[in-house]
Amino acid sequence: MDTDVLAARLRALVGDAAVITDRQRLRTYECDGLAQYRVVPAVVVLAASTEDVAAVVRECAAQRVPFVARGSGTGLSGGALPHADGVLIVMSTMRRILEVDRDNQRAVVEPGVINLQLSDVTRADGYYYAPDPSSQQVCSIGGNVAENSGGAHCLKYGFTSNHVTGLELVAPTGEVEQIGGKAPDAPGYDLLGALVGSEGTLGVVTAATVRLTRTPADVRTLLAAFPGTDQAGAAVSAVIGAGVIPAAIEMMDALAIEAAEAAVQCGYPEGAGAVLIVEIDGPASDVQQVFEEVEGHCRAHGAFEIRIAADDAERALFWKGRKSAFAAVGRISPDYIVQDGVIPRTALPEVLSSIARLSAESGVRVANVFHAGDGNLHPLVLFDDSVEGESERAEEVSGAILDLCIQHGGSITGEHGVGSDKAKYMPRMFTDDDLDTMQLVRCAFDPSSISNPGKVFPTPRLCGERPGRHQGVHPLAEAGVAEVF
Amino acid sequence: MAGTVTAAAREALVRACAGRVEDATDTDLVGATAPRWVVRPTSTEEVSAVLHSATEHDLAVVVRGAGTKLAWGHDPERLDVVLDTSGLDTLVEHAAGDLIAVVGAGRRLSDLQDDLAGASQRLGVDPARSGTVGGAVATAATGPMRLAHGAVRDLVIGMTIVRADGVVAHSGGKVVKNVAGYDLGKLLTGSWGTLGVITQVAFRLHPVPAGRTWVTGAPMSQVVLREVVRSLVHSQVVPSAVELDRPVGGGDAVVSVLLEGHPEGLDDRAAEVAALLGHGAQRQQEPPAWWGREPVAGGEGADDQDALLKVTHELAALSKLLDALARAESVSGCRAALRGSVAVGTATVAVGGGADEVAAFTTALRASAPGFGGSVVLLEGPPGTTDFVDPWGPVGGLSLMQAVKAQFDPGRLLAPGRFVGGI
Repeated sequence: MDTDVLAARLRALVGDAAVITDRQRLRTYECDGLAQYRVVPAVVVLAASTEDVAAVVRECAAQRVPFVARGSGTGLSGGALPHADGVLIVMSTMRRILEVDRDNQRAVVEPGVINLQLSDVTRADGYYYAPDPSSQQVCSIGGNVAENSGGAHCLKYGFTSNHVTGLELVAPTGEVEQIGGKAPDAPGYDLLGALVGSEGTLGVVTAATVRLTRTPADVRTLLAAFPGTDQAGAAVSAVIGAGVIPAAIEMMDALAIEAAEAAVQCGYPEGAGAVLIVEIDGPASDVQQVFEEVEGHCRAHGAFEIRIAADDAERALFWKGRKSAFAAVGRISPDYIVQDGVIPRTALPEVLSSIARLSAESGVRVANVFHAGDGNLHPLVLFDDSVEGESERAEEVSGAILDLCIQHGGSITGEHGVGSDKAKYMPRMFTDDDLDTMQLVRCAFDPSSISNPGKVFPTPRLCGERPGRHQGVHPLAEAGVAEVF
Repeated sequence: MAGTVTAAAREALVRACAGRVEDATDTDLVGATAPRWVVRPTSTEEVSAVLHSATEHDLAVVVRGAGTKLAWGHDPERLDVVLDTSGLDTLVEHAAGDLIAVVGAGRRLSDLQDDLAGASQRLGVDPARSGTVGGAVATAATGPMRLAHGAVRDLVIGMTIVRADGVVAHSGGKVVKNVAGYDLGKLLTGSWGTLGVITQVAFRLHPVPAGRTWVTGAPMSQVVLREVVRSLVHSQVVPSAVELDRPVGGGDAVVSVLLEGHPEGLDDRAAEVAALLGHGAQRQQEPPAWWGREPVAGGEGADDQDALLKVTHELAALSKLLDALARAESVSGCRAALRGSVAVGTATVAVGGGADEVAAFTTALRASAPGFGGSVVLLEGPPGTTDFVDPWGPVGGLSLMQAVKAQFDPGRLLAPGRFVGGI
């Protein structure tokens, strides 16, 4: 359909001010957090209401025009990459917290509400919103729903899908559906389970009912320095093996520590080949006992220095190095690829050795940052795009790391999503029949394939595109609006 | 079905299932509907071959695990084959260090828990009516431990299914954290055998805490109950379960709380819970006798078969649910008992009465459901109850569900008519 005609129809539906066709303004939306994929959308609509979204989607359905919903645009897999002939529906303009229902431990929010904002609003009541992706200061809950976002604390508290009990969905036909609510277990298929993490391919969420979690009575955090990742990994195994589920247990290797020190001067112990951050929360009497055990496990496995956060400020300092790690590698390398593979936690020593070998053989440096409790690795593959052949070598190493994850029974993505970036890796993890079966769901919701087409599932159009790479510091981090974790 | 066609279909099943095909008997009824044959495949490949044959010969199939919940929902609108999963009972893998297990759908849940106990681990699924792993997943069974570990769907990290057309598909994997592709495991969990046959499930496990104790309150009136539950729900004591037993006919209710964690941390927590439960609260090392069991309306130990309902509610609307329960009792003339996971918002209700009375009870309780913000599903009732009342009630997103069913099972072979909205 001709863009001018489409824009005119959309203006009639949602008002002139909400429809953008000016090339310069459209370019604001050409990428998400994975900036090397760029596509300028044909039209941008700033959604103000469910009715707006439904009207736009109905129009798209009638004209078979693709649409893509976008939250804050912090995604790291190109999930919100626009379609050149399509409409980009910007949801960040729908940012009202519709209801905080403390008695029922629920909140109802529009999708543009910022993740951290919900916790800020509910904390005075003794509650918070548990999923905490590292971009939580700026990412939207609607985006979290699309990506099934995790975070450092999801080992204990679960992912977005464990915290969504209701959704209002504008299906790709334009129908508005109410799915679930404040009570659990609505009769019928678990459509919430299908929708959360479907990366915008099954429609546009226009409201979410989410769980609020009681703040723990006590939180204790330690930072332990080890000679190397083997010892730190053994300490993690000992903690988990003892039946402890920490609120978070995070690891960084020497190169990641070096980068973090350069970027934010977090003051981690000198000479550390690896650091662990372990957080224990819960009832005070329980936390005290468990925390002492964890400390013992760290010492028994070679921790040469253990610091215990005396207060929230010191806790924040511990986390600062970890949470700034992605952006920090921009200080030690002009370019880098962020990976998001997952392995069974016990395979950690073997996979880290293999990554080290890959790195040594190829001459490509890899910094490792990971959620050690659940085996979610974020290897940062460093390279300099201005040196001929380096980017290709980095891509090879990056792909080989994903293969390692798959060989060990893991996953190509733990929390960043498939999006535009990993669709081509899906056949390494799933058979054609698996992917075909997943797409039955797609066909049920979106028979015309207009809702965020080209994402998640490999298509010829995406073949041969290059994997995720960041040029230096993430644009949002550089602008000071986000830390990338 | 003409005789030769029937014979050809049976032949096909025999080939598909290495001869493990039996003619059905009276013990193989699904509700009131009789199948022709019972097949017992022992591998995903055999299940695939069975469903290829079913597709080829247009045979309707109902999956049966231990058969504990087979009468739940509508009777299937037609039925040829019962697919017995008891041959799919292998513990494929228990990676204790990774806190995961991969298990055949036909393995008994109790056997799986025994498998895991040696490593001081458990699957956080403890339904009152415990059969096979596949049955618990297919019906999204719920029990007291859900408060601690989440629902079944939150513990399923990977799944192998066989589609109605015999195609084998996997989703998820063996790691807890994984967002690659659609989460078919969640869609299939609670799908009552209408989308595909679950043959293998990978679960996230949890360590069994070193210490556990129960604190049970004295029987309390509904007014007191409301405040007690509110204070427990909003406390920071982190119970593993908070269970309510509201006896038949509306007598005083009992609340019991399970605490788990470090043994040396339990005393303080138990004291806090006892204070919240009020005068007469007792701490015990064993749960009360009713813990984790279905309620009984006919009186404990009676032989009368109760109707069984699953009810959900908003956490703060428990009182409204109990009021609605009393009203439904009085409208229908039935006596009802309720046991619920009150910090989760799920409850099971047993009702004694004939088909029309149970239907009247269900209708009355459902009419109040908007008040307590939940749903009322009739799981099982006396024969004929579903002639008077839809067991499922209103369903949000039904047209999308019907579209999903049409994609997965266009020939309506899998438990046709058993689920919501005629699915």
